[in-house]
Parts: sequence; C-alpha cells; structure tokens
Amino acid sequence: MNAVARFSRRAAPRVATTILVLLAIWGLWELYRYIWVQTGWTWPFPVNASTLPHVHVIVKALFEPSRTDGPLLITVLWHSAVFTAKEAMTGFLIGGVVGFALAVGLVHSRLAQRALLPYIVASQTIPILAVAPMVVVWLKAGWQSVAVIAAYLTFFPVTINTLRGLQSADPAAHELLRSYAATPWQVLWRLRVPASLPYVFTALKVSATASVVGAIIGELPSSIQNGLGGAILNFNQYYSLVPQNLWATNLIAAALGIAFFLLVVLAEKLVVRRAPEHVV
Amino acid sequence: MTVVKIEGLTKTFPRGNVTALQGIDLSIEAGEFVSLIGPSGCGKSTLLRLIGNLVPPSSGTIEVNGKSAQQARLDHDYGMVFQDSVLFDWRTVARNVSLPLELLGWNRARRKQRTEEMLKLVELQGFGDHHPWQLSGGMQMRVAIARALSIEPALLLMDEPFGALDEMTRERLNIELLGIWTRMQSTVVFVTHSISEAVFLSTRVVVMSPRPGRVAGVVDVDLPQPRTFETREQPRFFELVTEVRELLRGVGAEDHGSVLAEAEQV
Repeated sequence: MNAVARFSRRAAPRVATTILVLLAIWGLWELYRYIWVQTGWTWPFPVNASTLPHVHVIVKALFEPSRTDGPLLITVLWHSAVFTAKEAMTGFLIGGVVGFALAVGLVHSRLAQRALLPYIVASQTIPILAVAPMVVVWLKAGWQSVAVIAAYLTFFPVTINTLRGLQSADPAAHELLRSYAATPWQVLWRLRVPASLPYVFTALKVSATASVVGAIIGELPSSIQNGLGGAILNFNQYYSLVPQNLWATNLIAAALGIAFFLLVVLAEKLVVRRAPEHVV
Repeated sequence: MTVVKIEGLTKTFPRGNVTALQGIDLSIEAGEFVSLIGPSGCGKSTLLRLIGNLVPPSSGTIEVNGKSAQQARLDHDYGMVFQDSVLFDWRTVARNVSLPLELLGWNRARRKQRTEEMLKLVELQGFGDHHPWQLSGGMQMRVAIARALSIEPALLLMDEPFGALDEMTRERLNIELLGIWTRMQSTVVFVTHSISEAVFLSTRVVVMSPRPGRVAGVVDVDLPQPRTFETREQPRFFELVTEVRELLRGVGAEDHGSVLAEAEQV
C-alpha cells in the first residue's frame, strides 16, 4: 500500500507533463499543417484534409455516430478495444509464462541453450503475417487463435531477457548459497528469479505493446470483425471519404498499447525492490 | 577437539596449469582464531574456500568437525563471510539475516526470534526493516556477519571481510568481532592481508608463501584476552607484528607492494 501511495504522489507532476507533451504535439501538428497548406509545399506529401486531418476533426469524429443512426464512434471503438485487449492480455500472459519457463529451462542447461536458442531467435525472423494464417488454420478463426499469435510476439523478449537476468546474480551470491548447501530449487527462487526481475520487467514492457500489435495483426487473417484490427480494415476502405475515422482508430489502438505498458510499469513498482541506482 | 584438519593438501587449477597450494598441513583446534596471511597469489582465499568445500581439492584431505569438508557443508557446520557483504538488495536486513534459516526450513516464529538476537549481537537493532543500500559499508558487513552466525555454526570462515572498509571502521569491527567470537565460543579462520589486523585478532597467524602457496611459518600470538584498543600499543604487539613481517619478507613479499607497504606503516 505504501508503494501505491508513493506512486500516486509522484503521479501528479507526471500527469501534468503528459498533458503538456500532448498539447505540444497538437501544436506542432497544426503548425506543420498551417505552413504546408499556406506555402503549398508538396514534399513529402501535399497536406489536405485527407492526408493530414485537423486534430480537432479526429477527436470530434470519436464523438459522432460512425454510421447514420449508429452508436458513437468512440463506443464502437471502445468495444473493439476491449475485445482486442482480451486477446492481447491472454496472449501476453501465455507468452510471458511460456517465455519465462523457457528461460528457466535454458538457464539450467548449457546444452539446451546451444541447441535451442538459434531456433528461438529464428522464430522471430519469420514475419508475423506469415505465421498468423497458419495459426488460424490450426486453431480455427477465433479470439483464442489471435491470442496465440500475440503470445508468439510476446514470449521472445521475455525469454531472452529473463535468461540474461537469471544469469545476472553475483558469483559470490551463488557461492554464499552453495556454502549453505542450497538446492537448485532454492537457488532458483531465492537468488536467480529475484535477480532477474529488473530484466524481466524490461522485457515485459516491450512485450506488453508487442502483444497489442500482435493481437491487431492476428485479427486480419482470422477475419475477426469485433476487434481493432477489424475496425482498422473497415475504416481503411472508407479512408478517402472519412479519413478521420482511421486516425481516431489508431489513436485508440495507441492508447490501448500505452495502457498495457503502464500496467507493467505499475506492477514493477509494486514488485521490484531495488537500490535506486539499480532500477532499470 | 580438532575443528579443521588438513593433510597433504594440493590444489591445482587446470586452466593455465597453476599450482595454487602445495603440501599444506594444518590443524585448527576448537576455540582458536586463526588468521591466514600472505602476499596475493599465495592461495589464502583458495585455502579458505577449500575448507568451505566451495572448490574441490586436487589431492590431500580436509576434515571439518571430523567429517569430510563436503559433509560439513551439507550439515551446515560453518558460516562464511565474503570480501563483499553479498547482501541481497531485494531483501530487508532482517530477511537477509534469516536467509540461511529459510534454507534450513525454520518456521517463521523461530526465524524472527533468531534474527532479532543476531541483529542485537551485531548492534543493528532497529535496522531490520532497512534495505542493504540504506546502510554504510561497515553496517552491511555486520549484517553479513549476523547472517553467517544465524545458524550458530561451530566454524566461521571469513575472507578479508574488512578489506574494503576504512581504518577506523575496521578497528571497531575487529573489537566487535572478538566480542562475538568470545560470546559464541566459535572457531574462526580469517583471511587478511593486514599484518596488524592478523596479530590483533588471532590466537595464531599462519604466514603463507606464494607460487605455489605453502605454509611458510606459524606465529603463536600470546597477547592477553580480551584485546582492546590498548592492545595495539603494547610492546609485545609490535614484536609479534615484526615477527610476522620478517616471515613475510622471507617469502618474497617484497614483490608485493600491498603487504609490505602496510607493514611499514605499522
């Protein structure tokens, strides 16, 4: 609870900073539009309502019906975001657990490391767009298969960083536990895992956003309409008519990624106890 | 009773084919405070780690408490204090001290009681809830000592525990360590590169020579107990320091700045 209080006390200036940054981005966006429109510059692209809508138009689009007599766009996107969040969160949890377990297995066997690591790395060189259709074929189209695709993107950073973290403890600390005849299990949970946590959380921050991207991309070959991926495909088709809808959807997708990231940051604050200079 | 019995011990490291120790014979009786001193490369830390079964011997035998060094380690017969305090950042001071008790499967109530006793012993009552990084180097070392003593081992192995501390902190901790040694009635093997520290603390100083590490001589320290700050001012203290220094000179410690430079300061 102490950590929560400390976190919220530090949150106020951060919220203020965030608002200022958002205002600055808004200002720069509109300044760019103004200059390009006034001078008629066409490089790198001509600026007009279709290529770069006003920020206020994008935000306003959120609070207008997405189709005649339909619900507000933000309501539609909220439901899509919740659907995608479910996929991404499931994938994140599966990927996190699998990634962590893989690292724990690898750290105990140099042979397994040498044998398996190249394939683990190779798995990430295959584009997710090539993997997704196969997963859909195997598991049938549905949010579960999307979660698996998200997990595929999630596990890799967790494995690599956790492996590094599990090996990061001071050799003297290992000797200390050896002097007490600690079992490998005790060494794992009392030394290796706590020492790995800063590394694990760095990986989880990367994975949190990757799982959202994975979920959105995974929806495309599954032809799932209920998520943000479906919304992006849909609004993409109407881009020339209502470009602001796609921009607004991207805004929500970004917000979802940021929300995932912040959840990991909060969890890290609650879990990791470290000397201030060691906090990653 | 003999706590440590070493016979014909040799240790070679295959990498680089280095002979770290050769033909070591040493017996340490219960209640002794034995210092191992010598220039760097004489294998004094290796000898300590062999007694603690952290590395295996190449030949010869080591007995601790009348059993093999390995069995003694498995039976938790000794506590070890390292050069660094090796405290776990993510644990509070109290939980660092109780770590060995956790490994032994003690229940929470017993752990709490023993931890409090230990913190009192090293005069760190009230610091149990602090984290290691909030303490000074000297306090961190006291936590490490409390942790080593928590299982009440018959034997305490210390590897240059005060090497990284300033002179004043080191002298104060020397006195405290002797107080703990007296109260716990334990046996201590203490590695150091400080002649004055070795003489001040020990009942016996084992001087070692380098390449390969051998026992060059043993100096019995007959200074009266308990030792105090005044002990360092007695003529007998200087005589013993000189005796150790002469032995170190004989083993070619001239090549090794640290020991001799310190010898000149005493």
